[in-house]
Amino acid sequence: MSKKEYIKPFIKKQTAGNMNKFGSFYQKNYRDEIAGAKIDAIVEKCGSPVFVIDEKAIREKYREVYRDFSSRYPKVQFSWSYKTNYLDAICAVYHQEGSIAEVVSEFEYQKARRLGVPGNKIIFNGPFKPEEALKVAFEEGAIVNLDNFDEIFKAERVAKEMGQIVDVGIRLNMDTGVYPQWSRFGFNYENRNAYDAAKRIHKSEWLNLTGLHSHIGTFMLEPKAYAAQVKVMIDFMRIVEREFDMTIESLDFGGGFPSRNKLKGTYLPPEVSVPPLSDFIAAISNTLLSELSPDEYPTVYMETGRGLIDEAGYLVTTVDAIKRLPSGLKSYIIDAGVNYLYTSTWYNYKVEVDRPIEGSYENCIVYGPLCMNIDVVLENASLPPLSRGTRLILSPMAAYNVTQWMQFIRYRPAVAMIMDNGDIEIIRRAENLEDVVGPERLPEKLKKFEL
Amino acid sequence: MNVEKLTRLAISDNGFIFDPITGHSFTTNEIGIKIINLLKENKENEDILDELAEIYSVNENELDVDLMDFIHNLKNFSLV
Ligand SMILES: Cc1ncc(COP(=O)(O)O)c(C=O)c1O
Repeated sequence: MSKKEYIKPFIKKQTAGNMNKFGSFYQKNYRDEIAGAKIDAIVEKCGSPVFVIDEKAIREKYREVYRDFSSRYPKVQFSWSYKTNYLDAICAVYHQEGSIAEVVSEFEYQKARRLGVPGNKIIFNGPFKPEEALKVAFEEGAIVNLDNFDEIFKAERVAKEMGQIVDVGIRLNMDTGVYPQWSRFGFNYENRNAYDAAKRIHKSEWLNLTGLHSHIGTFMLEPKAYAAQVKVMIDFMRIVEREFDMTIESLDFGGGFPSRNKLKGTYLPPEVSVPPLSDFIAAISNTLLSELSPDEYPTVYMETGRGLIDEAGYLVTTVDAIKRLPSGLKSYIIDAGVNYLYTSTWYNYKVEVDRPIEGSYENCIVYGPLCMNIDVVLENASLPPLSRGTRLILSPMAAYNVTQWMQFIRYRPAVAMIMDNGDIEIIRRAENLEDVVGPERLPEKLKKFEL
Repeated sequence: MNVEKLTRLAISDNGFIFDPITGHSFTTNEIGIKIINLLKENKENEDILDELAEIYSVNENELDVDLMDFIHNLKNFSLV
């Protein structure tokens, strides 16, 4: 006699008047593949946990956004924000699509150069650029945006030493109606700090102001903030051109577009609460077109990071243990912790399972494997009863995790890219002991001990 | 374990459970009903596991963990 299919037992208390008004519709799904590659095949090749990036999704999103922007304002140039995800394979996809590089450190600069990006296709931002790094950037013709007066002086010194007049941009900050205002980067517009910076550069024998930059924040939910930003930058461009007889060739509006991640503390799913990127693009391009005459159209740089890539990435993890907490709350221990998931501080990830699971959904908490109380990956997930070995697929994952992840207690996992033909490529292998201890040096007298 | 409270529950075939003393109601599934019935007969966990393993195609460790979890839930709901 064949046995019956097993469905885990459950018992649930009925609570009247406390029904879930907004069902988390996506959680009822399961996903046994990513971009045509089976989850099992990915894990067999790369291990678990593993970050998985969908090449086709990156390209499609980029093309959609680029087409939308360039059809409204043709002189736009996207610039991949390296800090969002600077794995070679990711950057190379963007560079193949025509995006240049935006970096904020000499490390990122070197990484872009090594990958084959010419210096004059690199935008160099950030509040701290060592003198040596500035020198290289100027020599190689990079687009450099200065952050503060000390950096103006530094740039002047470097240019003078080189015996060459160099083009620079300045970063501005301004009130765009959003709170909190990012005022720590660049020169403030309202208090005339930006004006003074332009004046100081105008006075310099060695510097030439050709660009204005600003990045008003991240995960912006209000397209109008961009309209305000563009207006201020055009006004400032006019002032500078009129008063100092300078020609501003480019305006850089930074990044900040939101992704379809679910911010903690928000009620509605991101499909409803996050405006589409076309709203942001429309706000920028409409302001440009209404404020400028065609003969003065500057090059517009966009440094969009998370908004372009986040949804192209997943983390595949495996349930290792199931535990009922004394409070009655069900908990799971998975093999990936918050040390890989920098963005878990802000996001409630979407969770999918790799197989259909019978049984009633239950609120539960999902812990990582670190022996640390803070290691909570999902504080409040609604999941069917999972068996050991079930894989959880968390997303969106492609922005900021694979740059801000930490080697802590465990090795960092592999990153795979599912190529547009469905092939699975490891674009960063899992770490091993040698990777971690390589830089360490043990003083001679500490080498021996007996226990 | 005191299973007296379980005996007072009204349990329908489709898994609806009503506790006439507290007025609370619960839902469970087929195997949940089986477990409650076996508990009412004062069966030991070992015996319950054996009986269920006869009926369902399941790894014994998984069943063991799930049974403990189910009983834990009954305790949380003050049903045992
Ligand atoms: C100067 C600059 N440009 C672009 C970005 C990318 O931002 P986002 O991922 O919000 O688009 C950042 C991120 O902090 C940044 O600092």
